[in-house]
Amino acid sequence: MAHSVKRYHGLMDWLTTVDHKKIGILYLLAGGLFFLIGGIEAILIRIQLMQPKLDFVSAETFNELITMHGTTMIFLAVMPIIFALMNAIIPLQIGARDVAFPFLNALGFWTFFFGGVLLNLSWVIGGAPDAGWTSYMPLASNTYSNTHGVDFYSIGLQIAGIGTLLGGINFLVTIINMRAPGMSFMRMPMFTWAVFITSALILFAFPAITVGLVLLTFDRLFGANFFEVANGGNAVLWEHIFWIFGHPEVYILIVPAFGIISEVISTFSRKRLFGYSSMVFATILIGFLGFMVWAHHMFTAGLGPVANALFSIATMLIAVPTGIKIFNWLFTLWGGQLTFNTSSLFAIGFIPTFVMGGVTGVMLASAPADFQYHDSYFVVAHFHYVIVGGLVLGLFSGLHYWWPKMFGRLLNETLGRLTFWTFFIGFHLTFFVQHFLGLMGMPRRVFTYLPNQGFDTLNLISSIGAFLMGVGTIIFLLNITITARKPKDAANDPWGDGRTLEWTIPSPAPEHNFTQIPLVRGLDAYWKEKVAGNKEMPASEPIGPIHMPSASIIPFLMSVGLFIAGFGFMFAKDEFASSFVGMLFNNYIVAIIGLLITFGGMFCRSVFDDHGWHIEPEDLEDKGVKA
Amino acid sequence: MSGHAHLDNKLPHQPELATLEGRNKVLGFWLFLGGESVLFGTLFATFLALRDQIADGKPGTELFQLSTVALATFLLLTSSLTSVFATQALHRHNVKSMVNWLIVTVVLGLGFLGLEIYEFFEYVHEGHKFSTSAFSSSFYTLVGFHGAHVAFGVVWITILIAQIFKKGLTVVTAPKIYVAGIYWHFIDVVWVFIFTVVYLMGKVG
Amino acid sequence: MMNRWHAVKRLLPILAGLALLLSACGRADLSTLQPQGPIAEKQYDLMKLSIGMMTVVVVIVFVILGYVLVRFRKRPGQTDIPKQVEGSHKLEIIWTVIPIILLVILVIPTVKYVFEFAEDYSKDKNAVQVKVTSHQYWWEFEYPQYGVKTGQELVIPTSKKISLQLNTADVLHSFWVPSLFGKIDTNPEGTTNKAYFEAPKAGVYFGKCAELCGPSHALMDFKVKAVDDAKFDEWVKEMKAPAVLPEDPALAATFEQKCLSCHAVGDKGGTLGPNLTGIGNKQAIASVLLGTDGTVEENLKTWISDPVKVKPGSKMPKVPLTAEELDGISKYLANYKLNYDNSGN
Repeated sequence: MAHSVKRYHGLMDWLTTVDHKKIGILYLLAGGLFFLIGGIEAILIRIQLMQPKLDFVSAETFNELITMHGTTMIFLAVMPIIFALMNAIIPLQIGARDVAFPFLNALGFWTFFFGGVLLNLSWVIGGAPDAGWTSYMPLASNTYSNTHGVDFYSIGLQIAGIGTLLGGINFLVTIINMRAPGMSFMRMPMFTWAVFITSALILFAFPAITVGLVLLTFDRLFGANFFEVANGGNAVLWEHIFWIFGHPEVYILIVPAFGIISEVISTFSRKRLFGYSSMVFATILIGFLGFMVWAHHMFTAGLGPVANALFSIATMLIAVPTGIKIFNWLFTLWGGQLTFNTSSLFAIGFIPTFVMGGVTGVMLASAPADFQYHDSYFVVAHFHYVIVGGLVLGLFSGLHYWWPKMFGRLLNETLGRLTFWTFFIGFHLTFFVQHFLGLMGMPRRVFTYLPNQGFDTLNLISSIGAFLMGVGTIIFLLNITITARKPKDAANDPWGDGRTLEWTIPSPAPEHNFTQIPLVRGLDAYWKEKVAGNKEMPASEPIGPIHMPSASIIPFLMSVGLFIAGFGFMFAKDEFASSFVGMLFNNYIVAIIGLLITFGGMFCRSVFDDHGWHIEPEDLEDKGVKA
Repeated sequence: MSGHAHLDNKLPHQPELATLEGRNKVLGFWLFLGGESVLFGTLFATFLALRDQIADGKPGTELFQLSTVALATFLLLTSSLTSVFATQALHRHNVKSMVNWLIVTVVLGLGFLGLEIYEFFEYVHEGHKFSTSAFSSSFYTLVGFHGAHVAFGVVWITILIAQIFKKGLTVVTAPKIYVAGIYWHFIDVVWVFIFTVVYLMGKVG
Repeated sequence: MMNRWHAVKRLLPILAGLALLLSACGRADLSTLQPQGPIAEKQYDLMKLSIGMMTVVVVIVFVILGYVLVRFRKRPGQTDIPKQVEGSHKLEIIWTVIPIILLVILVIPTVKYVFEFAEDYSKDKNAVQVKVTSHQYWWEFEYPQYGVKTGQELVIPTSKKISLQLNTADVLHSFWVPSLFGKIDTNPEGTTNKAYFEAPKAGVYFGKCAELCGPSHALMDFKVKAVDDAKFDEWVKEMKAPAVLPEDPALAATFEQKCLSCHAVGDKGGTLGPNLTGIGNKQAIASVLLGTDGTVEENLKTWISDPVKVKPGSKMPKVPLTAEELDGISKYLANYKLNYDNSGN
């Protein structure tokens, strides 16, 4: 039974894989692609704003660019790259052979991918969304945004959102049920903790935006009146629903970065994380408070003084656990032996940058002062400090750190440092001056500005910084390309100071991860064994056949079905040159075909059991992969 | 997977938790229901925010026929009880009783759906269309989302019954039955809220 | 204890320098850092307080980080294992309690100003009531106490509180006068917002739309013009004076037919577009064509001949006018001036 396993090769292997490590690479590729698209959009925005009254892109195109830049970066670039690291590392860090639901994992990736493709196809069919990534009504309604742009936004994000939600549930269950023996919750690595909390936030935040997007779709496609003021709808309601999701989303983004930084700083200063338990507590608190502060995005919407005061205080409270984290990192470094390399440079660059983003957050929390900051470039500067200066620096750090574990090759150190310095300097050039632009009266989302307002020089500096960040990204791509040609020669623990379980197995990890599931005897399990003089982890089980899930094309097909259905609903009321095509769309036939494919996939999955296959102990010996 | 090797009489007391896959499925499903709670919570919040915005349409006080809704409620609550019986039969490894209770659950669910569809037709007939007002849109979306969940549950449980006939009760099928059971309870709980918030509060005005 | 005090003393000049640096930023009629009215001043005080506190935090982190990076880098030949410190309750309590204290210091004025800024003057007879209605892409200001409606230029007396009631006619906009008041969103009817502000110093202040509202969001500027009471009264009088139509009867007929269907002058005309009374005095035509772009007459011609070219997505249509009509109407409007600013002293 075990030896008759059907194996796919080449492209088909990637389309059908349920291996978390391969799915991690898929997330990285797709997320990286969207990151480049979002980056190009950012560069176009900065070219247009380089000088006053430029006519590089039209006002309409500019609004499409800012909308797609925000949406792409948040939903399609940084979240998938977070998922890439989650997939690549979490099962290895907790000593598991895979995630809890390998099939759902693949489904999650493909729905995200097809949702993202659908959203980006708006550039070539029917116009991109142009109402901002927040898509406030009534601007996003049919009346004021009459292309299909916002439909692409709402349907694309719904499809992509399914993937995110599945991922969140999957990692929660994986972390709760599949930790290696001995790994109690308080022995979990900090990155695992961060992913655990992020997944919980995803679980409770994403359904809210799904509902919001459904309501938006109903308003636009089926004549509902949720936000249609003339028939009793309420435009401010959209703001509430959006931000009830939107604020936790910010923490969904930043919490994994906290985890990455904790791992990297601890490894490269050769010290255990200072105040581990207060770090865990602070992260939980941040996640919890993240749900109580959404209205600080709406201080100027007119919620009244009581709400504004309460949300001001709640928001400021988040500074306390965040401060705890910052000082814990500083004191992890204190007394350590810090090695400087690309990964640790990005982590060290993260600390001051994130602090600056954090303190402007406290400033924004003060509602009366926010009346000035709100929707100005000050806010643009603030959230880029948090998301780029926080999360993206964290992701770069994590990618350089775990690259050998994902691909078996160490990234080039010289190019890596060059990436860091260009990106880091470019980042601060771009966004530091934007604080002042905002304070000097420049609103955000303006496609141009008039001369003589004092905005010219700072905007020029900002644009130059953006180009520099672009250069940094190109160097990173170059580094990847060059490294890919090198032999796979990374050691199990290429940094020499690895502390957690992923460094106990070969780089890249074999298909089954662990030949024997290890026994965990403390926090920083591997480090503990090393200090005790052991070369390997103690095993918690004898060597035996390893059960593996079967590859399947169904996740891919189910996502294609949703993709087709999305188009079917979107164009159902359009007129077509060909009457046959018109007939297919106008009678919802396309939409129904798409849904049938998806539900058919679900049906097959339920009815035909996946028995999986086994790796026998002889096979393990043959390949010479020993834990 | 050696699930098929198990015979019914060798199943453990809680066959749904016998394998890691089963435990994952049950925990994952509970978490999924956590997400579903947020989904319905948001729909309820939307409905509460918009329930008085009737524009040119009729208000709930004139519209709702509590007798139909009460009957639907009765059917759904009873089906929740029968699904408990099915789960108890599952734990006793009594396949026949389990399947019978599942069939009763499906039939009651279908009855509920029939009443709901009838009710919606009546409302549309009275001019309470999806696009009439913010109230009507949020009413149909909230109640319709629940209805779609019931419909999905009916189809799902039907497929599971067929699987039980074909594969028998194993450590692979047991978690599916168990999970469908908690799904059905969840739908029921949501309906209790809908009945209270939408219909009773709507009838009072 | 003394040492700490010295550290604080050393920080003081940094803070003073920072305040100086901040206030050098931007134009006095536009920047939030050079407040010209009491509300903006209080906001600026709050900004200074928070920026000052936050600068201290940032400096502390930078100093510790800098020290750690220099002192605790790995040195060649270092093979011993550093002490694995679990944590320190004392330190952790310190960096929990100090931020809480800082936040309390910030919360007190925050809450105070939240309630102060939310005071309602909409029933106050001594305040000037203004109904603000935002449109894609212009601002309408109605003075119910005076029976006056104007567009794009909010003329106010320096001695009184200005009480605003804001709504939008289409999509969300946000009313922002950085040097006077901050901002408040304009929501659709039913969620009317209220706000108030004062401008004790006479002058013209920049206003901006701060909520994405379509292609010309960037071009939705307006002005707040604060004048003394005598001038304000004179302005009201002149706004209510009978319309002065073009002298040429043919041109007057064209103007009435093609322009006044949407716009108003004096007591005549419609309300779909901004009121044109006194447009000859305004600093900007269509909020973005300034003196640097041409004379008022030239700017009017540029605007009328192709509004969408100046403001993408503008609702003003390209009105079919002959070249002579365009010239005549532009000239007439450019000369349609009010004299209130020259009255009094």
